[in-house]
Amino acid sequence: MEFFLVTLLNSLSYGLLLFMLSSGLTLIFSMMGVLNFAHASFYMLGAYFAYQTSVYLGFWPALVVAPALVAVLGALTERYGLRTVHKYGHVAELLFTFGLAYIIEELVHLIWGRAPVPYRIPEILDFSAFSVFSTKYPAYRVFMMLVSVGMLGGLFLLLTRTRIGLIIQASLTHPDTVEALGHNVPRVFMGVFAGGAALAGLAGVIGGNAFVTEPGMAVSVGTIVFVVVVFGGMGSLAGAFVASLIIGAVQTFSVAFDVSLLTLFAKLGFTPDPQSAWMELWKVTIAQAAPVLPYVLMVAMLIVRPKGLMGTREG
Amino acid sequence: MPKPSNAISSLGRLAVMAALAIAVPASAQTIKVAYLEGLSGPFANVGEVGLRHLQFFADRINEKGGVLGQKLEVVPFDTKTSPQEAQLVFKQLVDQGIRYMMQGNGSAVALALSEAMGKHNARNPDKTVLYMNYGAVDPALTNDKCNFYHFRFDADVDMKMQAMTNFMATQKSMKKVYLINQDYSFGQSVAKAARAMLNAKRPDIQIVGDDLHPLGKVKDFAPYVAKIQAAGADAVVTGNWGNDVALLIKAAKDAGLKVDFYTYYAGGLGTPPVIGEAGVGHLKQVTVFHSNIGGSRTVEMVEAYRKRFPDSRDDFYWTSIMVAVDMLTRSMEQAKSTDPTKVALAMEKMKSDSLSGETYMRDDNHQLVQPIFVSTFSKANGKDVKFDVERTGFGFKTDARIESKDTVLPTTCKFQRPKG
Repeated sequence: MEFFLVTLLNSLSYGLLLFMLSSGLTLIFSMMGVLNFAHASFYMLGAYFAYQTSVYLGFWPALVVAPALVAVLGALTERYGLRTVHKYGHVAELLFTFGLAYIIEELVHLIWGRAPVPYRIPEILDFSAFSVFSTKYPAYRVFMMLVSVGMLGGLFLLLTRTRIGLIIQASLTHPDTVEALGHNVPRVFMGVFAGGAALAGLAGVIGGNAFVTEPGMAVSVGTIVFVVVVFGGMGSLAGAFVASLIIGAVQTFSVAFDVSLLTLFAKLGFTPDPQSAWMELWKVTIAQAAPVLPYVLMVAMLIVRPKGLMGTREG
Repeated sequence: MPKPSNAISSLGRLAVMAALAIAVPASAQTIKVAYLEGLSGPFANVGEVGLRHLQFFADRINEKGGVLGQKLEVVPFDTKTSPQEAQLVFKQLVDQGIRYMMQGNGSAVALALSEAMGKHNARNPDKTVLYMNYGAVDPALTNDKCNFYHFRFDADVDMKMQAMTNFMATQKSMKKVYLINQDYSFGQSVAKAARAMLNAKRPDIQIVGDDLHPLGKVKDFAPYVAKIQAAGADAVVTGNWGNDVALLIKAAKDAGLKVDFYTYYAGGLGTPPVIGEAGVGHLKQVTVFHSNIGGSRTVEMVEAYRKRFPDSRDDFYWTSIMVAVDMLTRSMEQAKSTDPTKVALAMEKMKSDSLSGETYMRDDNHQLVQPIFVSTFSKANGKDVKFDVERTGFGFKTDARIESKDTVLPTTCKFQRPKG
């Protein structure tokens, strides 16, 4: 019982962090059809800016300053980078964001070095919030969940209840009509890109000190974010939310299962030859395969339902 | 495009060669030692520590005049901790005419390098390369996969596990042990050795878990910690290094997990700042060195390294690199040559005046024999725990010291010795 509850909480906090990351990507993709390969790099920049800000000003200002800085960078990227490349087509845009990811990683190497930086959880949040039987649950994880949920709520309100939200939603499906109505659609695009980047930056501020802040963090997180977006459906925020929680649960719970195909075979009453070449495959437990399972799910989704869980736009 | 006449083109070639000859005069005078390590990616910080150590010891030798009248030059190469990349890098250093290489992070890389080197040396006996391994401790490298030109300066997995399990066997209150390791040759060999040795020495101890996770990929160890908690383990045995051990211990601390950690690499390379007070008395390591093993030379070395690299994320850690550089230079002087074959023949019979005690190279499998220490994380008090690690205020205190002769294990190595 304790294990189940603790794992549930862990998977929830991890899933919500994934959502913070992938929501920005989904928004950008729905708006502009660009799969932003540099999105995880914005996450990394958010963490590094937060580290640098926390050195001078402390953690709480960093919560605001870092995403703002990343938003500015995002706006600049869209205005001077993507908009120029846009006329050459989707492939050119993809290549541009791909190259941008590499450039950002090298810049981080140059400025902060290749080693992890000591970006720590603030003292005030570094305690255990409550105990689940004998396991302590860190308060910082609760904070992470609260920020994610708050951000989700804010995003939802923004998109459905404000005028700018209505314009954004309209531009998603009918950009030409919206432009004909007199709205500055390119400026809306820039705003959405900046907003998506800011979301990634905020995820970096929160996640960078819980996990390690190092130049490799973009690469390690980047691929999972794509899995979430593909699995949840390109262009659907609700889909991204559901997918984040599912992927979070899969990755967290699967660690608990020490069963492999070998145990399944044993249950069915047959033992394969220990010397056979396939033995290595039969012996792999779900726990060992845990980090790979999200990708397996993504491939399965692409085969069964390429639109994703709740996709609104063909990939 | 018009072809230049023969006279002019050969004049051009002559000019280029002259320019090159003037531009690169010094390179012929140095002995190049290639440093092959992951200098980017998740283990970049660990790679940089080793590079600093090698630079530190090479500089010390050069200040005293170098070896055979030449200076040692360290040439770093980035393997990205990948066996495939390491093989490409090996080709590069061979092309550059470098005859000595050093590596230590990642047994998978070490095995690939040893194999590439073996093939190259067999095909090019006049251009042999010598490999100094300062930290890749998969036992295979000095057993079935041994190679005459490979020398290992750190105690291998089995030697360290023997020391660790002998100590664990004396802990009467230990009933349940959990194993968690990285899923590659090294991690698997730690798990295998732990199981075999614990079963032999304390059959009453139950192994309640045996996890293997991908190398350098897991950022959130909370699920594994929850599993350890659910299994009710008293002790966790792990060979994890770098971020993998730092994050594991961080997750355990966050969850308030009350176990003793028996580790290979939690004593340095970025992990101690993560642990703090919670580790005192509970975090143990089995190593060939720690900064409080005692002796005035240890104190001198720790302080000299700190003075050279005052960045708090750095401490003198790899005595294996110190001994490797020492043995390399004395072997060259003894053989009066920089030819790797002659140097290897001298190195395999060499003794070293190390900081810990009796230290010598085995000539049957090229494994260095030296004392091994089991130590526990404690508060630095300036006396028996004189130095702290990575400026945390906590350091290691020796629990047990195993003399060199008691660390020697049998070997299955059969060298293909070079002729002459």
